[in-house]
Amino acid sequence: MTTKLGAALEVVTATDPGMVRSHNEDSIAADRELGLAVLADGMGGYNAGEVASGIAVAMLTSEMREALAGTSANEADASGTPFAVTLIRDSAGKANAAIYQAAQSQPQYAGMGTTLVAALFYDNHVAIGHIGDSRLYRLRGDGFEQVTRDHSLLQEQIDSGMISKEQARYSQNKNLVTRAVGIDPEVETEVHTYEVEPGDIYLLCSDGLSDMVEDEDIHNTLSMLRTNLPLAAQQLIQLANDNGGRDNISVILVRVLGDYAVPSGWFARLKAWFG
Amino acid sequence: MAKLIMSLDNAVIREVPLDKERVTIGRKAHNDIQVDNLAVSGEHAVIVTILNDSFLEDLGSTNGTLVNGNPVKKHILQTNDVIEIGKYKFKYVADQGAGKASVADFEKTMVLRGPVPRAAAAPGAGGFGDTQINTTTTVSSPSHPPASLGKQPEKMAAVQILTGPNAGKELELTKNLTTLGKPGVQVAVITRRPHGHFITHVEGANFPIVNGKPLDAQAHQLNDHDVIELAGVKMEFFLKNS
Repeated sequence: MTTKLGAALEVVTATDPGMVRSHNEDSIAADRELGLAVLADGMGGYNAGEVASGIAVAMLTSEMREALAGTSANEADASGTPFAVTLIRDSAGKANAAIYQAAQSQPQYAGMGTTLVAALFYDNHVAIGHIGDSRLYRLRGDGFEQVTRDHSLLQEQIDSGMISKEQARYSQNKNLVTRAVGIDPEVETEVHTYEVEPGDIYLLCSDGLSDMVEDEDIHNTLSMLRTNLPLAAQQLIQLANDNGGRDNISVILVRVLGDYAVPSGWFARLKAWFG
Repeated sequence: MAKLIMSLDNAVIREVPLDKERVTIGRKAHNDIQVDNLAVSGEHAVIVTILNDSFLEDLGSTNGTLVNGNPVKKHILQTNDVIEIGKYKFKYVADQGAGKASVADFEKTMVLRGPVPRAAAAPGAGGFGDTQINTTTTVSSPSHPPASLGKQPEKMAAVQILTGPNAGKELELTKNLTTLGKPGVQVAVITRRPHGHFITHVEGANFPIVNGKPLDAQAHQLNDHDVIELAGVKMEFFLKNS
């Protein structure tokens, strides 16, 4: 079943320190067989940001690999919540605890933290979890939309009607997140599930892309270069760098090539077992 | 750290680091910088330093405070400003290193902890907790307009089709990306970048040909009057004089 999921997805990752920073504090990982993409944008002095984002990504990947070996992501619990949702929440919680503890115990890591966005594809669905201002966008046909809503001061200001989206583009508070992994003993991960359609392209990115390149340009790039995802990823990074590249830029692109419903019913399961 | 270079009649007397939030200047002994001269008031002026910004305030002195020859009450100090108090001159020198660092730092993602008080949104309203650093430094940092504003190359460019049924047609490259060719057969993209236009192969078994030479997977910079061949159609790239 998992091989089928792997064959249904095309995954491309790219990360770049940008034009200004010497370090890359972003961490990314993708596992096509698991249907998993994780991106984290670390913060904190010296190399603490890299450490935080690195822990988050490593923790999520290994936790999920282990858990998914035993349980299918589509299995619903008593309340009807798919395991994918619980799994994202639990692994993000563990990553939070690990980063928080490292930050508490080692002075050079004090105050480190990271944003997180993770997508777990299962049974023609995707579970998307995020904390902070790393984003996930979806291109479906001609429609391009931002799926996650930032946990940031700016987003709260927009929501409360204090400033317009237009004003927000010029705001100086772009870099203030209201939620992050590893800052407090506990963190709440926002997780939602969506149905996917063949042909969908999902973009996970750090704010190094979304702050430097307007949504419209991201949309144009993805729809024009949708046949060549590696080039699209490279082009997005180039756009951010051409606009100044003030922060690390990371992108993960996932294209859904086809159906990957989990076979249900004994015959389908038997067929999958042999197939 | 910023500092003041104190001089009298062009002779440097001493350097004073602005190592605390308030550095007072005056005739009386309790001042941080004591200037023993009758033209100087007992409490003459104060320099308040917050992070990398220093503010000069005249404390209602009898003979006033000049900055670069102009009398001031309050003044945000810029590097190389010369403050005159009596016959004494103080040249303000900001810390160059710290200045650079602050520009880089202010872009860094930071966490805003706890519930966000709505009032805190106004800059300088306080209540930012850990992130105070951010609000104060951003005040003096230039806001950068995002993305493609004013970033286009100076010249507009276009592609004119030379062969095939659409020969003679002209396509202006008004967007950052323009795709050319036949989807499913051969497609290339022309990207508009600050330093010029570039062509890159997108899909298809054949790569685009520029001036008779096939490209590889790398982006190739286009020059005025380059001839591009794509899916059997020739076209010319040229710069427009706007």
